[in-house]
Amino acid sequence: MRYLDEYRDPVLARRLLDEITAVTTRPWNVMEVCGGQTHTIVRQGIDELLPPGLRMIHGPGCPVCVTPLALIDRALAIAALPGVTFTSYGDMLRVPGTAGDLLSLKARGADVRVVYSPLDAVGIAADNPDREVVFFGVGFETTAPANGMAVLRAHALGVPNFSMLVSHVLVPPAMTAVLDAPHCQVQAFLAAGHVCAVMGYGEYEPIAARYRVPIVVTGFEPLDILEGILLAVRQLESGRAEVENQYARAVTREGNTCAQDAMRRVFRVGDRTWRGIGAIADSGLRLAPEFAAYDAEHRFGVAHLVAQEHPACIAGAILQGVREPTDCPAYGVGCTPRRPLGAPMVSSEGTCAAYFTAGRRRRAEVPA
Amino acid sequence: MCLGIPGRVLSIDGAGEFPMAVVDFGGLRREACLAYVPDAAVGDFVIVHVGFAISRLDEDEARRTLEVLRAMPEAVAAELGPADLGPADLGPVDLGPADLGAAELGAGELGAAP
Repeated sequence: MRYLDEYRDPVLARRLLDEITAVTTRPWNVMEVCGGQTHTIVRQGIDELLPPGLRMIHGPGCPVCVTPLALIDRALAIAALPGVTFTSYGDMLRVPGTAGDLLSLKARGADVRVVYSPLDAVGIAADNPDREVVFFGVGFETTAPANGMAVLRAHALGVPNFSMLVSHVLVPPAMTAVLDAPHCQVQAFLAAGHVCAVMGYGEYEPIAARYRVPIVVTGFEPLDILEGILLAVRQLESGRAEVENQYARAVTREGNTCAQDAMRRVFRVGDRTWRGIGAIADSGLRLAPEFAAYDAEHRFGVAHLVAQEHPACIAGAILQGVREPTDCPAYGVGCTPRRPLGAPMVSSEGTCAAYFTAGRRRRAEVPA
Repeated sequence: MCLGIPGRVLSIDGAGEFPMAVVDFGGLRREACLAYVPDAAVGDFVIVHVGFAISRLDEDEARRTLEVLRAMPEAVAAELGPADLGPADLGPVDLGPADLGAAELGAGELGAAP
């Protein structure tokens, strides 16, 4: 496909690796923020091809993985109600809640449906006025304008039986939380390309300046990732800490102002709890007061539900880049994509699932 | 989750509340909402995420990125001096089998690199 295949050229990838090796004189730790980038890195084995000492740390940029367990339990509670049609992106269906997941609820007869676009959920609501249609609104800034448009559309069309269970998170507060954590090892970031396609990259400039950390807006194909790493290492080696844009074909400094306007209209910034990380101030989005009537948490009275994580799952340490999936005693044994203990083993962008799919073995199993 | 796929706008229907496009993704066609990229025209490439175009792909920038990458061996040579690199690494864009072989290398082979 055009504008994908060109950025997968193995010959150019080899040259980029050679250049990265040539410019790297010291050990560096670079975090790729986005789960889509993690997927490319692990699937292509990019982290294993980098020069010794240049380490990729996998970041918390998988919305499915950071959606707190309590939100999954609230989704399950709503989806189990009679008269409810629960709609979601496919990724969320197998994320384990305290007791089961949305897919097993569907198997037991609940009306749980996967939609491609949030507008499809509004369409289902308009076609079925006798049912309550709930959409699980998860995602980062990339997805917020689309989910926001679903609310605007339901409002404009007068579809009162539509509502949204909102679990939106924002990337910059998560990056500063990573940088503020004790023992933070991250020295540079590859910022998430599609988040920046919407938001631009102006908001990363104060982070780069304040923490003296290079931030390279990076795409998702192998050549994008390798060039992003190269730009980050060049900055680190020369003592610079700037925001650079590797993904210029899709990202401008201003971003998509049209999409930002819609986000600002529908949502308000608020505190959010991140699965495995905890509460981060001003790190998420809630519905604006004008659209509070579409808030499924209040409509179905589930906001009080709290939950406790599975004790064996080290997802929190993995999401913060402190541990790797192959360090986990449950990895590939008690926890597999078919029977996951935690969300990172479920989502196609989860670090654990990426490692498992690439056939990486638990450290204890690898002969010394 | 933040997956965005570049596709070419084949047609635009502006009759509704916001413009909807049929977008071609290498042969697969899907509808996408252009509410956030209202200036996209037929023939443009857009990046589509959950049924919404979130960005118009800048084809000049796309080319520029590849040109920079293709020009890179010369840049390495200028920095390190040609003696440090084998002829395969320094070759022009039309590559010999040595480079293509190298692309298949695993981590083991690269472990020996400085």
